[in-house]
Amino acid sequence: MNKTQNKQIPTKEVQEKCKIKSYKNDIKTTPYVDYVLQISPKSPHVRNLVWAFLVGGIICSIGQIIIDLFVANGVETKQASVYASCILVALAACATGLGIYDKLGRFAGAGSTVPITGFSNAVVAPAIEFKSEGLIYGVSAKMFTIAGPVIVNGIFSSAVIAIIYLILGV
Amino acid sequence: MIWTNILKAFLMGGFICFLGQLLLNYTNITNGKILVFFLVLGAAFQAFGLYQPLIDFFGAGASVPISGFGCSLVNGAVEGVKQEGFFGGIKGGLEATAPGIATAIIFGYINAFLFRARTKKK
Repeated sequence: MNKTQNKQIPTKEVQEKCKIKSYKNDIKTTPYVDYVLQISPKSPHVRNLVWAFLVGGIICSIGQIIIDLFVANGVETKQASVYASCILVALAACATGLGIYDKLGRFAGAGSTVPITGFSNAVVAPAIEFKSEGLIYGVSAKMFTIAGPVIVNGIFSSAVIAIIYLILGV
Repeated sequence: MIWTNILKAFLMGGFICFLGQLLLNYTNITNGKILVFFLVLGAAFQAFGLYQPLIDFFGAGASVPISGFGCSLVNGAVEGVKQEGFFGGIKGGLEATAPGIATAIIFGYINAFLFRARTKKK
């Protein structure tokens, strides 16, 4: 199953890449380029890394712009960063609903997962997907398939750290 | 001044996402585990007081990634311990991160009412 897919997908990609790299006219080189691209797995990895860096950076820059706007209007920096993450979460939720965020995630990878917008996407996407199973066991329950572990581990580790602080008396 | 802030946020946020993509590329870790991993990593950093300096310097570059979420969980819990002792530590973490979680839940519910599931194209 996987092998047949691997054989089919590169040929399409290779055709596009050949057009981009203007190998289009040189028919003799295309099988060779095909072979090289099949052998070397690194190029999509590097591309993924660059996209993750760019998209993650852009999301954080948007957050910084929102923080700066709040600070300019006389909100404390700590409060401003809380508000900024709320706004980012809300924006990402709407983007998920409109289907924009999934398209972004397809090429951005961790760039769209690791920021807090990815957490929002992890809440909203299953909520929409399991709408057909009803509001209680569909939307409300499936909302936390990915966000649940995040919240559970987060609260647990923070409580453990806090109690260690308490015992050590720091 | 504002532009340097944005540049710092861009570089740090990009770097953290870059690390996440490295994990995605070269290990068998899934997206959900990445979220948990970075959250716990941020919490562990802040347990030693190492993450807040990053937020102070890089701004949103460190606070917007999920590790910043972990950091504010720990900050809330530790502040709770200082103010109210044991029970402050129990409630403090969730108290500090409640705005983000609540926004996600509220907008998730609204969006589930508004939108239908899209057929996934491949």
